[in-house]
Amino acid sequence: MSNKVKSLQDLRKMRDELKGKINLREKSDNPDNLVQIKVSMATCGIASGARETMNYIIDDLDNQAIDAVVTQTGCMGYCYAEPTIEVTLPGEEPVIIGNVDTKKASEIIEKYIKNGELVDGIIPDTYKTIDNK
Amino acid sequence: MKDLSMHILDIVENSVKAGATQVVVDLNYHDDVLEMTIRDNGCGMDTETVKKVLDPYSTSRTTRKVGLGLPFLKMNAEQTGGAVQVESEPGRGTLVSATFVTTHIDCVPQGDIPATLALLITGHPDINFRIRIAKSTGSFEISSEEIKEVLDGVPVSHPRVNVFIRNMLKEEI
Ligand SMILES: Nc1ncnc2c1ncn2[C@@H]1O[C@H](COP(=O)(O)OP(=O)(O)O)[C@@H](O)[C@H]1O
Ligand SMILES: [Mg+2]
Repeated sequence: MSNKVKSLQDLRKMRDELKGKINLREKSDNPDNLVQIKVSMATCGIASGARETMNYIIDDLDNQAIDAVVTQTGCMGYCYAEPTIEVTLPGEEPVIIGNVDTKKASEIIEKYIKNGELVDGIIPDTYKTIDNK
Repeated sequence: MKDLSMHILDIVENSVKAGATQVVVDLNYHDDVLEMTIRDNGCGMDTETVKKVLDPYSTSRTTRKVGLGLPFLKMNAEQTGGAVQVESEPGRGTLVSATFVTTHIDCVPQGDIPATLALLITGHPDINFRIRIAKSTGSFEISSEEIKEVLDGVPVSHPRVNVFIRNMLKEEI
């Protein structure tokens, strides 16, 4: 059996597990009952480690079996504070946090995402969600 | 950019900014040459702009920030004996192709290409990526569309899906 056919079969199995676990009220790439994380991935972000931050967040959430959607976005306009991420807890306003290295990312997951406790480094005065399109 | 995978991320970011809905990433490994080609259906550029973007002293942006995107790609490719080619047509899309002689002493490391490609697919759920990897031992192709079809409503941006795609690509690269 080709690798790809096997991979897609494994993916199907994983889908069934996830379907049993997350409550998908709607078929959407961005279901609003899941934690949403956007990582700013413009040249300035990439150069300052945004890719490593994004990979770390994905691995940590996966290891802890936390359901979320993690996406990339363009320049958020905070080049001085890259890597920058935006976190939206279900039913809450988005929060933008700057200088998120892997250590900071871990803190954000433990405190804010798991317990709703605010962390240092929140960039104030932005209640608009950043869309790069 | 300290490795080739970062260049991929950065070039695709241009496609995203250009409003592309389809991006094809081709990685062709033959002997000691890696040819990476990124094709998009974004807004494209006219001939004049294409000429200018490879020149480090110009950009269509008024203020220059960190990184130099295409000129930097060109420098890193040429210092290995490779080259960069850009073809574009306004309203149609853009092709960026770069060759690297990977055994050359001045070639930057490849970096984590599987993880980078997985981040692109799961990080941009609205863009249909097609990844093609060709090696002397065979070839592999996967698209966002195929993955989403299997997922049947489970978000492609879920962490577990990303880890899955990363591991799948690791087997192929
Ligand atoms: N795929 C593309 N589609 C349309 N325009 C592009 C594309 N890639 C590059 N460009 C144009 O070339 C310019 C220079 O790109 P780049 O060297 O990556 O620097 P930057 O992205 O920081 O502006 C971009 O600002 C854009 O106008
Ligand atoms: Mg760029």
